[in-house]
Amino acid sequence: MSTIEERVKKIVIEQLGVKEDEVTTNASFVDDLGADSLDTVELVMALEEEFETEIPDEEAEKITTVQQAVDYIKAHSKD
Amino acid sequence: MSKRRVVVTGMGIISPVGNDIATAWQNIVEGRSGIGPVTSFDASAYATRIAGEVRDFDPVDAYFAGTDTPDDERRAIAKDFKRMDPFIHYGIVAGTHAFRQSGLVVDEQNAARVGIAAGAGIGGLHTIESTALELAERGPRKVSPFYVPSSIINMVAGNLSIYHGIKGPNIALVSACTTATHNIGMAMRLIQYGDADAMLAGGSEFATTPTAMAGFCSAKAMSTRNDDPTHASRPWDVGRDGFLLSNGAGMLMLEEYEFAKARGANILAELTGFGMSGDAYHITSPSGDGAELAMLNALHDAHLQPSDVQYVNAHGTSTPVGDLGEAKAIRSVFGEHATQKGKFAVSSTKSVTGHLLGAAGGVEAIFSIMALREGVLPPTMNLVDVDPEVAALGMDLVPNQAEKASIDIAMSNSFGFGGTNGSLVFRRA
Repeated sequence: MSTIEERVKKIVIEQLGVKEDEVTTNASFVDDLGADSLDTVELVMALEEEFETEIPDEEAEKITTVQQAVDYIKAHSKD
Repeated sequence: MSKRRVVVTGMGIISPVGNDIATAWQNIVEGRSGIGPVTSFDASAYATRIAGEVRDFDPVDAYFAGTDTPDDERRAIAKDFKRMDPFIHYGIVAGTHAFRQSGLVVDEQNAARVGIAAGAGIGGLHTIESTALELAERGPRKVSPFYVPSSIINMVAGNLSIYHGIKGPNIALVSACTTATHNIGMAMRLIQYGDADAMLAGGSEFATTPTAMAGFCSAKAMSTRNDDPTHASRPWDVGRDGFLLSNGAGMLMLEEYEFAKARGANILAELTGFGMSGDAYHITSPSGDGAELAMLNALHDAHLQPSDVQYVNAHGTSTPVGDLGEAKAIRSVFGEHATQKGKFAVSSTKSVTGHLLGAAGGVEAIFSIMALREGVLPPTMNLVDVDPEVAALGMDLVPNQAEKASIDIAMSNSFGFGGTNGSLVFRRA
């Protein structure tokens, strides 16, 4: 079983079309990984899907880095 | 005022008979049908279960075909392409091939003088259908933020402009099966009247989707010759029983003559005439005289007499009413000249490709240009028993076998639902 961090990174790589080594823990989706506003919305939807959770819009707006995504999932995910 | 001249310097095609010009043209000349069983969804409950699908097509590979591309750019395109309806893939790839063939380099100086006119007859139906199902099953929060930009019709023109830095007029005319012809013709006008010096123009379509197929089936517009797909599209034959729905795209790079000449471009043909009309008759049935008017307007625009034209690439979709109406209209426009074998011929390449709807005028403009360049009239396949009413008109329909012919002027016809007509006239370069 992959760790939450590995699963988040895998989704980021798929959604944003970036290389694995670019997806560092502190990478910012917009500033470092080239995401636009639509990309970030879809990324959050993919995280919701993967971790079977619902991320409210006001929370989603605060998730701007890989680390923040991992932290949110750890705090809210069922698994 | 004397109009600026418009020439063709690039062509791109994605189609059931090939995804490059050479392959598609060879299949057209040899009459190798692109029609087969529907594979994009389970069509077993449908009256028509055959269509012309695009095969062996990976959009990213096709986009970069023949180029040496860094991985980063490839990854970026692959990411974008995930969020696009197939009709957008087809249009972008065909447009990019046409653009590259022209050799035009878009830079800061000329970017504002280059534009795009590319539409679709139906557009992102595949994406619209799947999103509607998703919405019904899982609610609005599951609808992708890319839903709208992955399905609306002007996104072929939009994405092409983004990828190639093309900053001039950016439009997408929508007129059913006349879409590509109208986009090419109106792009010609934009160049003639000085809005642009070069335009990428044409159309694309991916309409073999469950609702579109069901709708055309219910309208009894399509052939039901399911057990014999390669012989199902048979324009002007007594056994014709409707069109075959096909996917793909056809795009031309058009340039003002002096602009093209100054940069040493290879000129493939000249686009000399464009005519339009409306039937004012019925939503799906053609009037016949609307087709005549479009052809006459195109001849007038090209300053040509009917006897100057040697080849007409017909709309010829293989429907009982439409084929007869068009044949009569052609005979009426071209008069006795239409009966002079060796001086005039009409054929329908849809006998091989099926009907690409909003892309049809694009791929058929390409076939018309290839006929001029190669001196070959492409055949009307499956023409075994000519409809007696059509035969009585006395025209050479190029039955079943290509003909060699040195021709200078070719016309391409497109007619669409709503009674929207367009004709283009090309001259050999």
